[in-house]
Amino acid sequence: METVLEMRGISKTFPGVRALDGVNLTLHAGEVHGLMGENGAGKSTLMKILLGIYTLDEGSITLFGKPVSFRSPREAIAGGICMIHQELNLIPEMTIAENIFLGREPLKNGFVDYKRMNRDTRELLKNLNLAMDPTMKLGRLTVAGQQMVEIAKAVSYHSRVLIMDEPTSAISEEEVKRLFEIIGSLKAQGVAIVYISHRMDEIFEICDRITVLRDGKFILNSGCADLSRDDLIRAMVGRTLADYYPKEIAKKGDVLLKVEHLSSPGKFQDVSFEVRAGEVVGFAGMMGAGRTEVCETIFGMRKKSGGKVYIGGREVRIRNPVDAVRHGMALVSEDRKQYGLNLIGSVRDNIVLSALSMVNPSAFINERRLNRAADERIRMHGIKTPSRQTLVESLSGGNQQKVVLAKWMLTNSRILILDEPTRGIDVGAKSEIYRLINHLTAQGIAVIMVSSEMPEVCGMSDRILVFSEGALKATFDRDEVTQETIMRYASPNREGIPS
Amino acid sequence: MTRSTRTQQNSLQKQMTPAAVLSRFGVLIAFAIMLIFLSVATNTFLTPKNLINVVRQVSVNGIIAVGMMLVLLTGGIDLSVGSVVALSGVVAASFAQSGNYPVIVPVVMGVLVGVLVGIINGFLIVKVKIVPFIATMGMLSMARGMALVYSNGRPISNLSEGFRFIGSGSLLNVLPVISLVMLACFLIGYVVMNKTRFGRYVYAIGGNEKASRVSGLKVDQCKYLVYMISAVFASLAGVVLAARINAGSPASGEGYELDAIAAVVIGGTSLSGGVGTIWGTLLGVLIVGVLNNGLDLLNVSSYFQLITKGAIIVLAVAMDSRNKRSA
Repeated sequence: METVLEMRGISKTFPGVRALDGVNLTLHAGEVHGLMGENGAGKSTLMKILLGIYTLDEGSITLFGKPVSFRSPREAIAGGICMIHQELNLIPEMTIAENIFLGREPLKNGFVDYKRMNRDTRELLKNLNLAMDPTMKLGRLTVAGQQMVEIAKAVSYHSRVLIMDEPTSAISEEEVKRLFEIIGSLKAQGVAIVYISHRMDEIFEICDRITVLRDGKFILNSGCADLSRDDLIRAMVGRTLADYYPKEIAKKGDVLLKVEHLSSPGKFQDVSFEVRAGEVVGFAGMMGAGRTEVCETIFGMRKKSGGKVYIGGREVRIRNPVDAVRHGMALVSEDRKQYGLNLIGSVRDNIVLSALSMVNPSAFINERRLNRAADERIRMHGIKTPSRQTLVESLSGGNQQKVVLAKWMLTNSRILILDEPTRGIDVGAKSEIYRLINHLTAQGIAVIMVSSEMPEVCGMSDRILVFSEGALKATFDRDEVTQETIMRYASPNREGIPS
Repeated sequence: MTRSTRTQQNSLQKQMTPAAVLSRFGVLIAFAIMLIFLSVATNTFLTPKNLINVVRQVSVNGIIAVGMMLVLLTGGIDLSVGSVVALSGVVAASFAQSGNYPVIVPVVMGVLVGVLVGIINGFLIVKVKIVPFIATMGMLSMARGMALVYSNGRPISNLSEGFRFIGSGSLLNVLPVISLVMLACFLIGYVVMNKTRFGRYVYAIGGNEKASRVSGLKVDQCKYLVYMISAVFASLAGVVLAARINAGSPASGEGYELDAIAAVVIGGTSLSGGVGTIWGTLLGVLIVGVLNNGLDLLNVSSYFQLITKGAIIVLAVAMDSRNKRSA
């Protein structure tokens, strides 16, 4: 079979992280190639290097035997490589044809030649067996329909390599079938397809070969038929990092938070669980499983459609974060830049923000009191900052995260929700955050930790709740579970899920 | 703090390059150059009479600018202030005619107008969730219309002696009362923004509104209050303006929102919120005032004055966005 693309020995280092370490990927004409790995394994970094969004540190890329190095997605498209992102990059207010020809509209006498544009689009859609009117507004299509338009657009560039990132995450069973048909016809035309998905069933159904990455390293490349489900899972998670997680089991106290039948339409249904003082409850699952939404609903950032929340045994009504904070809750968001910090504010002002009325009960500010409280926390949490007046935006990710934690610890919260607490921070800062979690549970604080990193969930939780597609699938004690089991429950099962 | 940690801190701080000094103190330097130039180029600028005149002239804009700064700090905008000046001016004037009431009555009535407008602005922005630009633009038109209706479109004049004293009187024959009112407003602004919890919250909301919400701040309450304060300061400005020109005119205050925004922005407040100081705003107010005065003294036509003012505002904002990019 003809080799279309070969990436050899690709390495990429970001400050503090070796994102890719000697990774290989070979694509043949007319194959669907599954690219697998946990979140953070390096899949998207590899694809971004291919598309020219990142530059590689080491390694080589050859396309049809010729070395290439694209400097932008635009150049990659011209070279025949196109990516369909999970979030679609189309403009709803424009027609299908306008979207497909965006930026390269056919002209006639200096004006856009709509007649030709629509004709060419119609032909293109017909070749893909899509019955769509080119002049229809894109926004009137379903997500799946829009995805088809993205594929048509890629085809119109005569792409030889098509990368699909989680193409089925937002479409129905019926639409998946349509998608697979189109993939089949692209294969027949000799297009090489990189298929990124967390869904095992699909991978085994559609892929010819599979490449697995883990922690930025190349793990295996194998024909799909030679691989069992369990082999694949082991390749993806296989590591023992027990020492890396310095978990200390704390003494468990009363139930601090109890959630009963919590629901939010379209996000999650009927979620019930409880968290005791001194306990870390891990929320495991894939991205989009509804874990973040559950947390945000408990914290009053989203409306619930049903269910009850009890704190310390009493039912509470939490309509907004003000209520949540009053009831002793704290939330460290997965997106600290958007929901955690005032980046243009100082370290001090960020630390004292939530607890200002406690640190400084009078309506008038006592600067010295604020400085003292901030300095104490900077020392206690080991926040590395030139001074308390330094703007938070100039700190490293790990230190920014510690500022968010310091802010909440100052409020004397009893229930701490950590959503991906170690995302995007380096290894050293990670273990400091784990130690901080130990320190907090020792004081009898109840912790919920959402994490998409399997070893982290297993390493730091007392109990693990596995979510998939908006439902709580299983609960395990720390000792009775392996990463493989969690992965099995976390993998979405397409059958039986209403579309 | 020991000496060693202090030197350590200094070594961690960025050295200020000449460009950084220029961008940080640029406005102050520009102001100084303006003062020196006008002192040399004219023999009328550096006279006590003219300087007092400048301070008197900037007062109305200064009072408005204090409230405007709070709004801009949250990342919002208040376009209705000019019309509020007119509305509160005619209302105050109607109670100040012929001296039927003690001086406090027209002042309170005028400020009540501000309270009312503030409640409506806050309601539209916080509860109905209309973007501030549109909500206050609507109020710009409505308040102007109400001023015209209230006054039948004619200025309300012949105001009492006591009331006029607020606008044109002086203490000890040198200190204009109107400027003392402005100074008081700036002092209040200073205390509120730097010495109260509310002030810290305003900066935090402007820095990152979503994070402030998640941090458990009463964001809606703060924003409500900010638009109230802006309208109240604007209405106070309307009262003192009516006292100064001896009439409540429904046509007054037109375009004042732009002067106030210009002063605040020249003073270093970021239009996207979160950054700015009250003394910067005072400096901005003085720059706009001295610029107007200087161009008058240099016999520049009012047409060219508009062009100059516009160019200076654009320049100030350009410097602001350059700072942000280099940060």
